[in-house]
Amino acid sequence: MTVLVALGQAVLLAVLAPYVLGITRAVRARLEGRAGRRLGQPWRDLRKLLRKPPTSPSDASLFFVAAPPVLMATSLLVAIAAPFVATTSLAGEADLIIVVGLLLLGTVALALAGLDTGTAFGGMGASREMMIAALVEPTLLLSVFALSVRVGSTDLATIVTAGATDPASVFTPASALAAAALAIVTLAECGRVPVDNPSTHLELTMVHEAMVLEYSGRDLALVEWASALRLTILLGLLANLFAPWGVATELTPAALAVGTAAFVAKVGGLAAVLAAGEVFAAKLRLFRVPELLAGSFALALLAVLAAAVLG
Amino acid sequence: MNVVAASLGAAGGLAVAGTVLAILSGRSFRAALVGALTALSGAAAVVAGAAAAGGTAWSLVVPDLLPLTGVELATDPLSGWFLLLIGAVTAVCGIYAIGYASRQGHGPGSRTSLALLPLFAASLMLVPVAASVPTLLVGWELMAVTSLLLVLTEHRHAPAVRDAGIWYAALTQLGFVALLVGLTWLASAAGGTSFADIRAGAATVDSVTAGLVFLLGLVGFAGKAGAVPLHPWLPRAHAESPSHVSALMSAAMVKLGVYGLLRLGFDLLGGGARWWWLILAAVGAASALYGITQAAVARDIKRMLAFSTSENVGLILLGVGFAGMYAQAGNPTAAALALGAALLHAANHSAFKALLFTGAGSVVRATGTRDMDRLGGLVRAMPATTVLFAGGALAAAALPPGNGFVSEWLLLQSLLHPGPDAGTVLTIAAPIAVAVVAATAGIGVVTYVKAVGTGFLARPRSDRAAAARESPPSMVVAMVLAGLACVALAVVPGLAVPALSRITSDLRLAGPGETIAASTLALRVEAATLWPLWTVVGIVAGTAAVAVAARALGRARRRAPAWDCGGGPLTERMEYTATSFAEPLQRIFDNVLAPEQDVDVTHAAESRYHVAAIRFHQRIPDRIENRIYRPLVAALRSLGERARPLASGSVHRYLGYMLIALLAVLIVGVLP
Repeated sequence: MTVLVALGQAVLLAVLAPYVLGITRAVRARLEGRAGRRLGQPWRDLRKLLRKPPTSPSDASLFFVAAPPVLMATSLLVAIAAPFVATTSLAGEADLIIVVGLLLLGTVALALAGLDTGTAFGGMGASREMMIAALVEPTLLLSVFALSVRVGSTDLATIVTAGATDPASVFTPASALAAAALAIVTLAECGRVPVDNPSTHLELTMVHEAMVLEYSGRDLALVEWASALRLTILLGLLANLFAPWGVATELTPAALAVGTAAFVAKVGGLAAVLAAGEVFAAKLRLFRVPELLAGSFALALLAVLAAAVLG
Repeated sequence: MNVVAASLGAAGGLAVAGTVLAILSGRSFRAALVGALTALSGAAAVVAGAAAAGGTAWSLVVPDLLPLTGVELATDPLSGWFLLLIGAVTAVCGIYAIGYASRQGHGPGSRTSLALLPLFAASLMLVPVAASVPTLLVGWELMAVTSLLLVLTEHRHAPAVRDAGIWYAALTQLGFVALLVGLTWLASAAGGTSFADIRAGAATVDSVTAGLVFLLGLVGFAGKAGAVPLHPWLPRAHAESPSHVSALMSAAMVKLGVYGLLRLGFDLLGGGARWWWLILAAVGAASALYGITQAAVARDIKRMLAFSTSENVGLILLGVGFAGMYAQAGNPTAAALALGAALLHAANHSAFKALLFTGAGSVVRATGTRDMDRLGGLVRAMPATTVLFAGGALAAAALPPGNGFVSEWLLLQSLLHPGPDAGTVLTIAAPIAVAVVAATAGIGVVTYVKAVGTGFLARPRSDRAAAARESPPSMVVAMVLAGLACVALAVVPGLAVPALSRITSDLRLAGPGETIAASTLALRVEAATLWPLWTVVGIVAGTAAVAVAARALGRARRRAPAWDCGGGPLTERMEYTATSFAEPLQRIFDNVLAPEQDVDVTHAAESRYHVAAIRFHQRIPDRIENRIYRPLVAALRSLGERARPLASGSVHRYLGYMLIALLAVLIVGVLP
């Protein structure tokens, strides 16, 4: 039963992910006074790309070919194991540290693929993406520390269950600081404004898009899909860690239905907020990004100290 | 006679046979003979180490082998663990040397170098089984001298090799003097030279003496481990020595510094005070951060790996330091967890660093350069080396499913739960340590992406890289063996837990099985579980499934020239190099690294407005070295210059000096 729930959760996230992307685009278009595309447009793009054969650059090796499946597989593993709809996840325990590690593995695979193409833009994107990933890592793990102090475990299901059963425990200064830190980190990890602009057309300012410039056909479909999935995963984690209401703590059909509905609503809402925020923000210069991430690091450190001092 | 005695005897005998045969044998098969004997000696040491770590005790006293004190040997689980690591690395390096040293003449294939290799391996094995202060010191010095001579193997090729030798000799002898003073002081205070006597008498040693002995031991052992600020020998010696020697030094020898600290601090001195371990943890944190920052911006592939050794040793020392602090805070469970994480990381580091140094050695042998800016494109010419190096890099970057991730996970778990009544120092130190481990992991990922991406992928950026050929089979086999060790440690780390529990309970921290409950498949600590096997299976099977499913959907892949946004035909000069890849990080850490840059602009003869050529040169110096060692060396040099009149050439004066020195020693010796 838990296996079925876990797989179902992964399917739900995989299906939902392009719509999350669709929501951000639609909200953004509306706020900018455009009609925008339909919510399902990212799905149609994926379907079209999946049918097309991919092209490998002549200098590229196995690393280029392997990166999209690795990215997709790591994202799917997180989608299977972490508590999004229900806290009774597959192995009974999905560790927050390994979730961080799996997402980083996907980033690394894509960065190596960017270098593997032998193009200047590929290398540039890889170099910048890895710089951001290196600076994000300490903040992520410190936020993990702050959250785990509350329940004495880095196990995601334990943290989420504690929040779902005792909602008051979520509203602590430590939680608020950790939430702020994690929100900034989510923006950086997903390549959103102000760290990176997902809809940019200027190669020199690209980070994530520069790495994947050489991908085409179903490779590109996998990369785009996995990126949308990562956005959904991080928004879902943010929602469930700091607003764990509605998450199914037992495996009854009713609880699962409520959990699914709550999850979709929370992620959809966060995506809309994210898009609305992007309209009013400008992308930072690349070398101002470390300052932003240093700020999030300071927030995370304060969160840990608050958790230790205030209990 | 038990299995430890038999296999240790075999290991020693095979090593001595290797040395003797290297001197006697002809040059055509010398490398194969010595390599095979060294590998067998290592394999025997693995058996001995596994048996000792499994709880088989053994001891031996040979009273007449050394004057006055004799030789005392013994094994316990702690020495068995390190013996196991050393044996495994020796076996890999022995096999590797068969191919690597097969070119005759000056260099790694020379008679001296090959004769010293088994002797170095034997001295590495002697240190953890030494059971008295004199035996330990003899083994330590033998290890220092043989490794120094091995570092100097290629002294004719470059002045940098001689420079590396001088740095290594100076710092290792400084450490030896500190150890000599510290351990003999301890022996005299505790009333005996054998470890059993010191253990028994440790309670009578006053706390000031014990603290000073620990600090002296810290200088000697942490210096050998390559911890900041005693590290300047490490990037030089690791980079300039032949690659199998680099692997032995990095994967085996520096671990003995960790062994020494554990033996001295926990075993002989019985735990000590909290400030000892706080200093050790601080040294570890500084080494980890400084090492990985330098590694991230290094161009030389072996220098990068050497700084990464500093980083990993730093993480191990951080774990040991926290183990000591937890023990002092009355939390033996957390202490055992931290120590277990440190010991497991030592094993993981041995496995992946042996793989990485042998991989780097293959690259150096095939291309003749260590400069990653001039490499690239090796993935087609050297597929086996590339894949193996990438596997090692995955482990070294502490990414799942690599083995480095498992031990860093354990280390983080031990730091995440300092316990409810840990005290102010631990409450503040633990989050800082988590941030250090996380920052190290983050920058480590950049470092190894750079190494694989710019060193092996894309197009070759020099003729020599373009002409590279795959290494001979023996070298590939050695790398595969190291890779298999990494896989085993990544998939079933639980198998090591009984040995770790035995060590921690030996060091009076916590009973077996109380800290890390491990089945074959899972590592379970206080409130979290890691499923290493399922992680590996999930990632590998998931990737394969996605790839197969995507392929089934559509048509076959095509190859075409890279698009690169419609730019013209690409040349390798447009690629990102190691330097350009690390540039953003270097710019962020500008204040820490302080790179030295020169830009020479040559103008055209006709007009100053036209630029004919621009030369850019950049060097990233080791700032700790510049700040601490350069003034020190300058002061010593001027002192030497000023002391010159003392050496007048008169024999009578020299005899007078000797008399004065003798009198001084006698007075100092009699006074207390």
